[in-house]
Amino acid sequence: MEELIVWLRHPGLNHYLILSGLLFSLGLFAVLTRRNAIMVLMGIELILNAANINFIAFSRYVTTTLDGHVVAIFVIILAAAEAAIALAIVLNIYQNFNTVNVDEINKLKD
Amino acid sequence: MIDLYTVLFYVFMLTTLGSASIVVFSKNIVRAAFALLFAFFGIAGIYVFLLADFIAVTQVLIYVGGILVLILFGVMLTNRQINVDAKTGTVQTLPAIVITAAIAATLIGIFWSTAWPLSGQLKMMDNTASDIGSLLLSKYLLPFEVASVVLLVALLGAAMIARREKK
Repeated sequence: MEELIVWLRHPGLNHYLILSGLLFSLGLFAVLTRRNAIMVLMGIELILNAANINFIAFSRYVTTTLDGHVVAIFVIILAAAEAAIALAIVLNIYQNFNTVNVDEINKLKD
Repeated sequence: MIDLYTVLFYVFMLTTLGSASIVVFSKNIVRAAFALLFAFFGIAGIYVFLLADFIAVTQVLIYVGGILVLILFGVMLTNRQINVDAKTGTVQTLPAIVITAAIAATLIGIFWSTAWPLSGQLKMMDNTASDIGSLLLSKYLLPFEVASVVLLVALLGAAMIARREKK
């Protein structure tokens, strides 16, 4: 108990890793359970952010170089591209199927 | 006495996790999108604690200013009436809870039990932007150029896909 309190008082690498693990799990839960395609996208954004926290936490505490920051920038760039493409696809699906429910979108061509 | 650093760390951590929970569990999709805003801000604060000032600013600019606006556009454009049809259901909640809890427990167990080689800490800098810039134009030049091409292609493709077809 004493050790736990001491641990809680000094944020270190493990705090950030646990935060990112929880964030990843929340994002995964959204991806698994949500029917709305846009909610699935939000879950993916949470997962990408969890990965980024890991990169930067390791960059501060383990490698002590800025390489993790550069990787995080690439992740952010790809997340932006992914969001743009995915939302364009969702809008197109909405025009064709009149729904964004991922369970009902089961035809490639009608 | 708990110092201010620790208090602020937990404030940002709880902001992030609480907002992310609202994103995941809220029935109203507009509320979920706005909770995502606070989750992104909380993560930007966490980056500041990790001495990543440039990444924190980039997070605010790109995630909050770009991706979140895109998501809000998506929400507004794909719901017939904002107030009536803005709900979103869930499926297979129980198996998903089991799987997610198992993965979370595994991840945290691995993080906890691994002896990370804590060789030291990143040294404090006035700003990380200039060093990141040097890295991008020397060690990571090829990924940097590829990323610019990917962005160009992705944005052209997005404009192409989202355009309404002429009848």
